[in-house]
Amino acid sequence: MSITAAVFYLLALVTVGSALGVALSRSIVYSAFALMGTLLGVAAMFVLLGADFLGVVQLLVYVGGILVLTLFAVMLTHRISDVNVANRAVGRLPAAVLVGVTFAWMVAVARRATWVVKEPASPAPTTYGIGNAFLTHYVLPFEIASIVLLAALVGAIVVSRKEVKG
Amino acid sequence: MSGLSLQHFIVLSGILFALGLFTVVTRRNAIGILMGIELVLNSANINYVAFARYAGNTAYDGQVFAIFVIMLAAAEAAIGLAIVLGIYQSFETIDVEATDRLRR
Repeated sequence: MSITAAVFYLLALVTVGSALGVALSRSIVYSAFALMGTLLGVAAMFVLLGADFLGVVQLLVYVGGILVLTLFAVMLTHRISDVNVANRAVGRLPAAVLVGVTFAWMVAVARRATWVVKEPASPAPTTYGIGNAFLTHYVLPFEIASIVLLAALVGAIVVSRKEVKG
Repeated sequence: MSGLSLQHFIVLSGILFALGLFTVVTRRNAIGILMGIELVLNSANINYVAFARYAGNTAYDGQVFAIFVIMLAAAEAAIGLAIVLGIYQSFETIDVEATDRLRR
């Protein structure tokens, strides 16, 4: 087994193990911390795939932003006396059946499909190319994305502030 | 990359997707559901980047799409958590089965 494959299996173990923690943990706080392991594992997976810029973006946005936001929300809404917080909407058995069937179906499709695969080039820095793509071919989606972010920012403030009566 | 193929990454992202779906289906806590959605989005991102790497072209389309997904996930998390906090303020709970009214 090559070193790359060994690194892949190690990272996959970390990622899937933490994702299992997110899915199965009884406490929502443990779930939030397990989510950090998953996001870090995915970031490392991006680097393994040669997407260095994307790995750093994943670190900054997910681990540094979304996860901290999630933890804040957990802390603000979590009550220690609230034992119902781990209650299940659907029993675990039907959910496991549903998810198992979906997963088996996806893997079957992935195995049957013929992928047009070429030997990947050796990893090179991607920042220049991504910036170029954003400002030439993808400039319209890029601008729309900034408007979406602005709208989300304003919307989050409007939704979460205290209601002013009268 | 010796020893690794596209299928490795597809199966990994399939596992992540399945666990995210499991989280979304089984949780009653609204924040837990949002975490499950993050797992699903991450699995999609792994697919994008893996396809971009193994497709053999030198364009950056896959990675650019992954960045858009991350951006939308950030917007979704901000709005979603703001709504969850608003629900908590008016219902004193974020159990998605208890919050079945639109107004107090």
